[in-house]
Amino acid sequence: MHGVQITTPFTQEAVRSLKAGQMVSISGVIYTGRDAAHKRLVDTLDRGEALPFEPKETIMYYVGPCPAKPGKVIGPAGPTTSYRMDPYAPRMIAAGQTGMIGKGLRSKEVVDAMKQYGAVYFAAIGGAGALMAQSIKQAKVIAYDDLGTEAVRELVVENLPAIVVIDAEGNNLYETGKAAYKR
Amino acid sequence: MRTITFEQVASAVEGMCIKANTKIGADVLAGLQKARETEESPLCRAILDRIIENDKIAAEEAIPICQDTGMTVVFVDWGQEVYFEGGSITDAINEGVRQGYTKGYLRKSVVNDPLERVNTKDNTPAVIHYNLVPGDKVHITVAPKGFGSENMSALRMFKPADGVEAVKEFVLQQVETAGSNPCPPIIVGVGIGGTMEKAAFLAKKALLREVGKNSSNPYYADLEKELLEKVNNLGIGPQGFGGRNTALAVNIETYPTHIAGMPCAVNINCHVARHTEIEL
Ligand code: SF4
Repeated sequence: MHGVQITTPFTQEAVRSLKAGQMVSISGVIYTGRDAAHKRLVDTLDRGEALPFEPKETIMYYVGPCPAKPGKVIGPAGPTTSYRMDPYAPRMIAAGQTGMIGKGLRSKEVVDAMKQYGAVYFAAIGGAGALMAQSIKQAKVIAYDDLGTEAVRELVVENLPAIVVIDAEGNNLYETGKAAYKR
Repeated sequence: MRTITFEQVASAVEGMCIKANTKIGADVLAGLQKARETEESPLCRAILDRIIENDKIAAEEAIPICQDTGMTVVFVDWGQEVYFEGGSITDAINEGVRQGYTKGYLRKSVVNDPLERVNTKDNTPAVIHYNLVPGDKVHITVAPKGFGSENMSALRMFKPADGVEAVKEFVLQQVETAGSNPCPPIIVGVGIGGTMEKAAFLAKKALLREVGKNSSNPYYADLEKELLEKVNNLGIGPQGFGGRNTALAVNIETYPTHIAGMPCAVNINCHVARHTEIEL
């Protein structure tokens, strides 16, 4: 499973070239965050302050990894369910974020923001955290260390496997795929 | 009277927390392989290959299969002729969880209070179900439960007149609403009967059954097969990408109930369906 190569920064040109259903391999720098981190990120935006990283053309991975075993960069790190980030994602997209990696359905508000600003929603394979960790070459906590597994990390990834689920036109593999195999 | 000590229970639970989280059961793996063979979607075949590869990597490297190493659910069948030495059994189990999640580099996902939400940093407390049984043996099952799938579970209090059709509709509706959220292919646990909490408990227990094994009651075995086919006909498929394998199994457990009611619970598990057991 290799598919389309994506490297960060994830530009508008790259965003617009992707279609729902494509397999991709993501390389470069990406950021992690779950519910608790997103709440703080959006609170920071509300206060008009700078985020711990520049959100423009970034990809956010919704993940809370396991602790790293000695000698390892990170523990297993598969996606968490994305809908819990739905209340925050439109703000992040408006701030310039162009990609999200998670699993599961998204709200209409998120899809509307994706279409308006140009962003892609990828799914990683839920429950394949051991495999996914092999694509993570570096990891460091850059904010909210007190949140433990939920802290914001900067990851350097190589060929992280994912699937385009919702593209910037709003096409949705969860809907089309299901319709194709329903009996 | 046999004696079992605090250390025996704690060390058994510690080992089981690590084993359950790193080594997928042979039955689940066989179920995934069968799904790989029957899957019609090329994308989903590639996904199932990746899931099987993931399970092998986890076992080889002794790392968790999934980063959500769950809230630890423990079932204890305690023989009435067994004397416990060294304090509280519950403390011994929680000590095992604490040691297992720390030494096994498992993720600590438990918060102290549902509203205050401060991480307890050692995955305690476990959710423990005790059952007193005849004899001088102790049987412990450790089943870490991820919340991507737990959150997709539900309970309904049906009227007796609603009958089996209500159960079928509820199961299908629950799986359909869950969609890709619980990391399909899933395992569906259904508990029918008893009281409200009994139905929920039965649904959880149903998830412990070996994948591919139907109920010993022929009526419920047929219902399981029918529901599995209907669930797979929803087309959700592995990871929700559209395919023929939405679930690996539908397992039903039942209990006598009241003349006025028919409680029914659906507990969904992901393909990382973890449980391991030991007899002391
Ligand atoms: S639902 Fe299961 S497979 Fe998916 S992330 Fe949670 S524990 Fe892992």
